[in-house]
Amino acid sequence: MIAELGHFALILAFLVALTQGTLPLIGVHRKHAQWIAMARPAAQAQFLLLAIAFGCLANAFINNDFSVSYVANHSNTHLPTMYRFAAVWGGHEGSLLLWILMAAGWGMAVASFSRQLPDEMVARVLAVLGLVAIGLIAFVLLTSNPFERMIPAAEEGRDLNPLLQDPGLVFHPPMLYMGYVGFSVAFAFAIAALLAGRLDAAWARWSRPWTTAAWIFMTLGIALGSWWAYYELGWGGWWFWDPVENASFLPWLVGTALIHSLAVTEKRGAFKNWTVLLAIAAFSLSLLGTFLVRSGVLTSVHAFAADPSRGVFILILLAIVVGSSLALFAWRAPSVAAGGSFAMISRETFLLMNNVILVVATGSVLLGTLYPLIIDALGAGKLSVGPPYFNAVFVPVMIPLLFLMALGPIARWKEANLREMAARLRVAAILAVLAGIALPLLMGSWHFMTALGCLLAVWIAAAVVFQTRDRLRTGNPPPSYWGMQLAHMGIAIFVIGVTMVGTYEEEKDVRMAPGDTVAIGNYTFRLIGVSEKSGPNYLASVGEVELLYKGKHEKLLHPEKRQYLSSTMPMTEAAIDTGLTRDLYVSLGEPLDKTADGKPDFTGAWAVRVYYKPFVDWIWGGCLLMALGGLLAVIDRRYRIGRVAKAPSSAMKVAA
Amino acid sequence: MKPRHKRAALIVGALISICVAAMFVLRALDSNIALYITPTEVAAGKAPVDKAFRIGGMVKMGSVERKELTVHFIITDTAKEVPVAYTGILPDLFNEGKGAVVQGKMDAKGLFVASEVLAKHDENYMPPEAQHAIDKAQSAGTGAGTETGAKP
Repeated sequence: MIAELGHFALILAFLVALTQGTLPLIGVHRKHAQWIAMARPAAQAQFLLLAIAFGCLANAFINNDFSVSYVANHSNTHLPTMYRFAAVWGGHEGSLLLWILMAAGWGMAVASFSRQLPDEMVARVLAVLGLVAIGLIAFVLLTSNPFERMIPAAEEGRDLNPLLQDPGLVFHPPMLYMGYVGFSVAFAFAIAALLAGRLDAAWARWSRPWTTAAWIFMTLGIALGSWWAYYELGWGGWWFWDPVENASFLPWLVGTALIHSLAVTEKRGAFKNWTVLLAIAAFSLSLLGTFLVRSGVLTSVHAFAADPSRGVFILILLAIVVGSSLALFAWRAPSVAAGGSFAMISRETFLLMNNVILVVATGSVLLGTLYPLIIDALGAGKLSVGPPYFNAVFVPVMIPLLFLMALGPIARWKEANLREMAARLRVAAILAVLAGIALPLLMGSWHFMTALGCLLAVWIAAAVVFQTRDRLRTGNPPPSYWGMQLAHMGIAIFVIGVTMVGTYEEEKDVRMAPGDTVAIGNYTFRLIGVSEKSGPNYLASVGEVELLYKGKHEKLLHPEKRQYLSSTMPMTEAAIDTGLTRDLYVSLGEPLDKTADGKPDFTGAWAVRVYYKPFVDWIWGGCLLMALGGLLAVIDRRYRIGRVAKAPSSAMKVAA
Repeated sequence: MKPRHKRAALIVGALISICVAAMFVLRALDSNIALYITPTEVAAGKAPVDKAFRIGGMVKMGSVERKELTVHFIITDTAKEVPVAYTGILPDLFNEGKGAVVQGKMDAKGLFVASEVLAKHDENYMPPEAQHAIDKAQSAGTGAGTETGAKP
C-alpha cells in the first residue's frame, strides 16, 4: 500500500513538472501574471511530492518490505537500521529517486530564496528546471521504477553490497548528487537569460551563488568518495582515474571554470557567450556522468545490450538537452552585445587562461574516459586507458594553472601592470624556490617533479598570505575575498599532499606470522596475532598489529577481513593510524598457512599489506578548505543586492 | 595594439596551447593504452611482445595455487588457457570460476606475469571484457575440450 502511495506521488510529481515546465514560460511570453505566479508553488509542490515518494521507499526499507523488488535486492533484515536507510540509494533505481528529489530541492530553494529577483526571471528559471524534471522523472517512471512489486514477496533480502555498508556511503552519494543536479540551476539561469535575451551583469550575479553552492557539494562529494575509496577499498590509493571517478571530475572541472568566468561576466560584462556555454557544458557533463555510470555504459558499450531501454533513454535525454540548448544559444548569441574590452595583461586575460586550461584538461580527461568506448563502437578492438595516460596529460596541463593562480588575484581588471605584480610577488617567489630545493631534501630525496610540486604549492600559499595581508591594510575585505583566498590555499595544501604521497609513499606486501615485524622508514609493524570476531551480519578475522616508532610502542591497529553472512563476499577493512604528516596503513590479505585438514589456518601466517603515506590527509584537507572558501563566497551579502533599494548605503559599501 | 590584432594574438595563443595539449594527449594515449587480448588470441600468437596488455576471462576452477606471496592460476575463455603468475595480495572478489581481468606481460616461457589483477565491486559482476572473451570463444565453436567449472 505504502509503495503504491510512493508510486502515485511520483506520477503526481511528473504531472506537476509538466505544469511547471510549460505554463510559466507561456505566461511570461503572453504576460499572464497568474501563470507566471504558478512557477513557485509548482516547484514547491514538486519537491513535496518527491519527498513523499522518497519517504515511502525509505519506509519500505526500514520495515523490510521485501515485496518491493528493489528493497529485496538491496537490503536484508540483518542490516543495521542506518544502512537500511542508506540502502535506499544503494542501487540504480533508488539513486535516481534521490537524484530527482535533490533536483526538486534545488528548485524549491530557488523558489524560496529569490524574492529579490524579477518574477519573470524566476518563472523562466523554474520552468527550465521543470522541463529538466520532466525528463528525469519520466526516466525513473518508465525505466527504473523503484516501487515495482515482486509477487510472491521474497522471504529475505539479498543484502546491500558490503562495500557500501560504511558511513562513507551514507554521505558520499547524496553530496555528489547535490553537486550534479546543482549545476542544473546554473544551467537554468543561463537558459532563462538566453530566452529573455538579457545576458547581463545581473544575470551573472544571480547565478553566481547557485553555481558556487553546487560546486561546494561537488567538491565535498568527490573528496568523500576519494577518502572512502582510500580507507574502505583497501587499495590505499586516493584516485584511480576510474571512469566512474572521471564522470564526477569532469563537471567539477567545468564548474570551476564556470565560477571564474561568471566573475568576469559579473564584474566586466565580458565572456558572456562563453559563460553560457560553460553552464550548458557543466550540466550536460553532469547528466552524461551520472547516467553513463548508472547505465553501465562506461565500462562497456555492451551494457546497452544488457539494458537497452535505459541506455537509449539516456542518449535521447542528453541529445535533447544539449541539442536544444545549443540551438537556443546559436539563435540568441549573435544578439548579445560584446563586453568591456581589456588589455593583454589584465585580470580578464588571467581568468581567460584559467578557463582555457580547465577546458583543455576537461577535454583530455573526457577523451581518455570515452576513448575505449569510441574504439569499441568502431569495432577496432577493446582496450583500456590506464592512469599513466591521465597523469601524463593532466599534470602538465595543470602546472601553468597553478603558476597563474598566484597572479590572477592581484591583477587589475582591464589593464594590469606586470612590474607592479612582480614586485608584490617577489618574496613569494623566493620562498617558493627555497621550498622547491629544501622540502624534497628534508623528505629524503630530490626529484624534479617533486620539487616543482613543492615550489608551486608554496608559491600559491605564500601569494595567498601576502595578498591577504596587503588587502587587510585597506580594511576588512568582504567574505567572498576570504573565500577566494581560502579556496586557493586549499589548492596549495592539496598539491602538497598529492606531491608528497606520490613521491614518498611506500607499499609492502609481506608474509607475516604472529611475532613477525616489517619496517618502513622509522616505523615498525609487528603482527601480534589474528583472532575471530562476529559482527551484526558478518564474521571477521581481526588482526592485532603493534605499531612502533623508532622501536617504541606507538599504537595498536586492528585490520579486519570480513565475511558477510548473506553473501559470499569477503571484505577488507584496513586499519589506519592517521597523523598530520603521515598515515600508516595496514590491511590483511589472506591466510597463507593451512591446517592439518587442508583448510586455511586463520591463526597462522597472513599476507599483509602495509603502507606509509606521507601527507595523504592534506589531499582531503585541501578539498575541505576549497569547499569552505566556496561557502564564504556564497554568503557574501553582495549577492543579495536586491536589498539595495531598501538600504543602498550599506550595500554600496560592501560592493566597493 | 589594435583590438583586432589583440584578438588575433589571443586566438593564435589559444590554438598553439591546444596543439601542444593535443600533442601531449596523443603521445600519452599511444604509450598508455593496454589492448584486450583473449586467451584464444594469445594461443594464436597474436599477443603483443614486450608491451603490457590485458587478458579477460575466467579463473579456471582448481587452478589457484599459492606459494607464499606468489599466486599461480589459469585464466581461460573456455577454449584456450593462459597460465598467470602474480605476486602480492589479490582483490577481495578474486575467486575460482569467476571473471577476472589481468594486466601484464608475457615472459619467454609463455607465462603471463601480471602486474595487476582486477575483479569488480560486486560478486555477481562479470567484467564485460571477460564475458566478451568467453562469448567470442564459444561462438567460434571451439568451446569443447576444456573444463572450466560452473559459469557464473
